[in-house]
Amino acid sequence: MMTDSIVPVKEMEDRMDTDKMWVIMGPQHPFSHGLWTLKVQLDGEIVTDAEPIVGYLHRGWEKETENRTYPKIIPMADRLCYAASMTYTHLYCMTVEKALGIDIPEKAKYIRIVADEVCRIQSHLMWLAAVGTDLGNLTVFLWCMREREFFLDLNVKLCGARMTTNYPRIGGVRNDTTELFDRDIIRAVDRFEKAMWDIIALIDDSSIFVSRMKDISFLTREQCANMGLTGPAMRGCGVDFDIRRDDPYDNYDQVDFEVPVLTKGDSYSRYMIRIEEMFQSCDIIRQAVKKIQALGKNAPYRIKTPSKVPAGTAFTRLEDPRGESLMYLVSDGTDKPYRLKVRSPIFTNVSTSKAMCLGCRIADVPAILAQIDMCLGETDR
Amino acid sequence: MAEVLQKPTVEEIVSKLNSDCPCVNVTRTETRRVYATAPRENSFQVCKYIHDNLTFEHCSTVIGVDYVDHMTVVYHLTNYYTGVMIELSVDIPADDLHIESVTPIWEGANWHERETWELFGIVFDNHPKLQRLLTPDTYEFFPFRKSYKLRGSE
Repeated sequence: MMTDSIVPVKEMEDRMDTDKMWVIMGPQHPFSHGLWTLKVQLDGEIVTDAEPIVGYLHRGWEKETENRTYPKIIPMADRLCYAASMTYTHLYCMTVEKALGIDIPEKAKYIRIVADEVCRIQSHLMWLAAVGTDLGNLTVFLWCMREREFFLDLNVKLCGARMTTNYPRIGGVRNDTTELFDRDIIRAVDRFEKAMWDIIALIDDSSIFVSRMKDISFLTREQCANMGLTGPAMRGCGVDFDIRRDDPYDNYDQVDFEVPVLTKGDSYSRYMIRIEEMFQSCDIIRQAVKKIQALGKNAPYRIKTPSKVPAGTAFTRLEDPRGESLMYLVSDGTDKPYRLKVRSPIFTNVSTSKAMCLGCRIADVPAILAQIDMCLGETDR
Repeated sequence: MAEVLQKPTVEEIVSKLNSDCPCVNVTRTETRRVYATAPRENSFQVCKYIHDNLTFEHCSTVIGVDYVDHMTVVYHLTNYYTGVMIELSVDIPADDLHIESVTPIWEGANWHERETWELFGIVFDNHPKLQRLLTPDTYEFFPFRKSYKLRGSE
């Protein structure tokens, strides 16, 4: 990690008597993308210890749900993560359906897949925009936000809202796809795939970007699995696992897609995985839209469900844009949950920031932690 | 040294758990899911066995549930080769809220155990740093317990 150093840091350190120093980055810091603090211990420029501090946004989400009936929790689940709200609502509805022991209509499953993948692209674009600002290139930010706008428009077309969509329902989805939605989504995806190459060229041809991500912050496969790092960051470190492929939910086993995996494990490979995932999402969208068209206009998209959930426990998990998210529901037979636990991927990913930053320079810390794709709504819950 | 299975199927997991960990009670199985319970005294050994011999490398969550007369700690464990998950539930009596920490086995359980401690008051023995994480340090109560009421409607 220090091999490319121009200044002979090591020799100078031996001659000098230096003290270690704690630097507190956050909660109001441009790199944090929300309210959290990273305490880093520095020896000169090199990070020797790091401790993330979260909890500024803790609002007792899980406790709040114990006071609400099942349908009332759907809009709350949207607010867990503003960048990919549909995945959490999807997860919540899936968990309640599992507890009820019901199977939803085929069409609803495919619509949920489309909605999820649109959210994934949206969320990854937001992440790429954040990477751009973190590494000092505002053009990347503006171009990503422009592309994201087309996918937010698709959300509007589907359910009328841009970000907090309130769209999946227990037993299906709220409404059928609107008129010409399938035409618009294919257009948006085709356009996006071309436009994405401009952004990639902007980043990969820039030595500033590449040199600040390549060959820093190495993680091994074993470290990754043991620390609980999930999602694109994990696949950039060599763990060949994607819940959509290896533990399929809804109809993900009916669509064909690749799971990108890189074994190098540095910051740059974690970046590459997310870029490739966006292209794979486009493929999934095309296939799912075809399946929706094949099912016809009058296929059912929602079934009626009882308001009370039988006593027992149930859990489901899905591949969030940021990693593995899981919900665990304990029901006591009434119309309110007894306990609802959310496993947020970022909560665990951010706890690994010490391992990620160790041995790197302080100037690289924002570039490394940008690969976590921080979202505080789900971290603190 | 017992046999190490890298890609165990659900049937293999059940038979292995029954033969090597007699204290574990497998309650039900589904596709890629195994639901089991274990007594508190053996929970650490069972987790270590699942990690070492069945290659469950990833601990998804550690969940606390307050059933008023007792509390339950639920572990969700994942095998990265097959996508099989084990849900391991461990009951704890309400008057003695102690359980062995699994952070020495899975580092990823660290924050989940801290969270469960601060919200439910379940003490994880041998945890490296059992301090409040989400709530302020000044809190002297455990807000997610059922005895902590939310507003008047409850």
